[in-house]
Formats: sequence, structure tokens, C-alpha cells
Amino acid sequence: MKADQTLDCVGLYCPMPIVKTAEKIKKLKEGEVLEVIADDKGITKDMPAWCAATGHEYLGSEQAGKEIRVYIKKTH
Amino acid sequence: MTATEKEKLTIVMFSGDLDRALAGFIIATTAASMGMEVTIFFTFWGLNIIKKNEGSIKSPGLKQKMFNLLNRGGSRRLTISKFNMLGLGTRMMKGLMKELHVPSLDEFITMSHEMGVKLVACTTTCGIMGVPDDSFRSEVKSLAGAAYFLGEARESKATLFI
Repeated sequence: MKADQTLDCVGLYCPMPIVKTAEKIKKLKEGEVLEVIADDKGITKDMPAWCAATGHEYLGSEQAGKEIRVYIKKTH
Repeated sequence: MTATEKEKLTIVMFSGDLDRALAGFIIATTAASMGMEVTIFFTFWGLNIIKKNEGSIKSPGLKQKMFNLLNRGGSRRLTISKFNMLGLGTRMMKGLMKELHVPSLDEFITMSHEMGVKLVACTTTCGIMGVPDDSFRSEVKSLAGAAYFLGEARESKATLFI
């Protein structure tokens, strides 16, 4: 999936990927896509929940070995 | 959801155990990241989490002075609730957290404050335990009682007692 910006959270455990995503999303423009790379398996459940709470759009995830890439579209 | 009707989370931090404090701050910072308004109300042993690490606690009476000598507190002095083994277990846990890039309790407190989490000390237990207002770290902005907690809790989507 194509992303406008990438956030590397490899090696970080909950809650840091979510905390960093919340900070990073502020720097994107509306409609842009953020890619978050993480290796904490919780991210596939945490990120949809974070999106549901904040109103941003969860576009899905891709697994490549130990790394998980999740995609979020900034909606507001 | 507009800014004026933010969802709220209220946590009572009763315990002064390092592991329980970490759990509380992990949930608090996550909730703040999710756009929630978070208040942590510290009472009894939980006051130890937000006591200053440096200097001494200037308690009023003799009983309270003795009590605060035995119960000094401060985020860096807390121990884990299981397998502390005279501090060895706590040191191992802190070492592991560092290796895994998990923030320390100190970092969590600062981070939560920067994210707008409100840290409130309970005045009644401050009185009982002889903890004067100037015993707390700078992130602690207010002191309040049970009515304040309930005021926040009744408007909250989630309330936790840790």
C-alpha cells in the first residue's frame, strides 16, 4: 500500500506505537495515509481500536516476516 | 465527537507498587492518545508514585515523620508487587524494561502530563499520612477529595481502581 509518511515503531511495545501514532498523525494533512511499522503483535488489534476512538480510517495491515505494517488514513 | 464532549477515563491509583503504577500509566497514556480526557486520582500508597524523588518529605507530626521515613516513596523507589527479593527483582524488571525500550515509570509520568493527563492527590490521605502539598512532583497540579473523584467518575466512560 502507498503511504504519504511512515512511522517506525519496530522494537517498541504497547503503548508506544499508539502514543507515537497519535503524535505523528497531527503532522499529516487530511486524506493522507500514514504507515506504521511495528513488531508488537498487539498492533493489529490496537490500531483499529485507536482508529475507532479517534475517527481516523483504518485501511488494513500487511505482515512481512516479523514486521507488521498498518495503514491509517487521516480523516480530520 | 467534538472537543467539548471528550470521553473520560478516571483512575484511582490506590497501590504504590511499581508494576501496578506502570499498568495504570500505560492505560492512561493510551487513553490520552485515543483522545480521552484522563484523570488519575492518587490515594493511600498511590501517593508514593507522585512524591518527589529528591529531598525529604517535611511531615508535620512525629508519627507522620516516622511514617514517611519508612514510607518515603518517589517513582524511582517503588518496588514490584511480586518477586521483589529485597530489590533484586525490581532491578531485574527495570533492566528488562530498558532493554525492551519500555519507558520507565518516571518517563510515563512526564509523558502522561505532557499529554494532558490530570494527576490529582487525595487530600484526606495526604492528611492521614502526613504528606504536605510540597511533597509532590511538579506534574501534580491539584489536590482534591472523594467528591471531586466521583464528579469525574460519574461522567466517565471507564473507571478503574488500581
